[in-house]
Amino acid sequence: MEEKKILVLLRQMFAGEIKNVSTTLGDDVLVIDKEALLPLVKFLNNKPHEYNMLLDLTCVDYMGEEPRFEMVYHLFSLSQNKRIRIKARLREKDLSIASLTTIWKNANWLEREIFDLFGVHFEGHPDLRRIFMYDGFEGNPLRKDYPLRKRQPRIRLRK
Amino acid sequence: MGMKKHLPPAQFITTQFNYILGWARKFSLFHYPFVTACCGMEYMSAACAHFDIDRFGAGWTRFSPRQSDMLLVVGTVTQKLAPVLRTVYDQMTEPKWVIAFGTCAVSGGIYDNYAVVQGIDTIIPVDVYIPGCPPRPETVLDGLLKLQEKIQKQEQEWRWKKRKF
Repeated sequence: MEEKKILVLLRQMFAGEIKNVSTTLGDDVLVIDKEALLPLVKFLNNKPHEYNMLLDLTCVDYMGEEPRFEMVYHLFSLSQNKRIRIKARLREKDLSIASLTTIWKNANWLEREIFDLFGVHFEGHPDLRRIFMYDGFEGNPLRKDYPLRKRQPRIRLRK
Repeated sequence: MGMKKHLPPAQFITTQFNYILGWARKFSLFHYPFVTACCGMEYMSAACAHFDIDRFGAGWTRFSPRQSDMLLVVGTVTQKLAPVLRTVYDQMTEPKWVIAFGTCAVSGGIYDNYAVVQGIDTIIPVDVYIPGCPPRPETVLDGLLKLQEKIQKQEQEWRWKKRKF
């Protein structure tokens, strides 16, 4: 019942920004507008809900759909032993969302990973540069339109 | 009567010296383990007491490429790591041999993607390929014996017979 309560509460507080609310396999799922991310996450992070751990932060490329990209945030409440999932769609032309580095330190590297592999820009990130791929690598390899056989070697290959 | 058809003495000595040098070299391989992935566990089991490559004269692990003459590339090599592997190979002193250990080093293996080098022979010359994901230590020993065979048979280079670059 607790999980229902928080969804109802959030629906009241962020009426305009929350598009959809559901519960799958015991976890709450929120689909929101990207502008609402930072206030919503700040609200969830504080007492009494204490979703104070950022488990993961990732991105999905739905090529052919509009908006094309979807950011997914997994939060965990240590005091309640509960998870919540927040999803926000991003348009390809305006590929940016607020950074969570002000709230969680581990968002720094996670966001750099998404920037590297998908090309999403995080506003307010202190050090947004590639984390996996090397300098000089062109493109974002986890996008669906990255060519499957494209290779970008750093040194000249023998054959 | 058949005496004139024999090799002249100097050439006989050269051939025997070549043979002895090969024999000495194949039983004193100092190896450098370039371990990047899970194949390293099999490398450890092959190198340590369980399977003990010291029986074949390759027991001494040197953790400096300058002191070693057998490069074991154990595991996946990514495009990001490729210049490092090239540098390690260049730093090794002659004579040197390279073993590609495991499927990833041989051909890239299951990682047919943007990040992984499709076989280390696109970066450095390889003498022996050991397949397997990961290879059994017996396979590693077999590969080592193959390399020893190759070393014994090849034209040896030594000080006063330097390679012309």
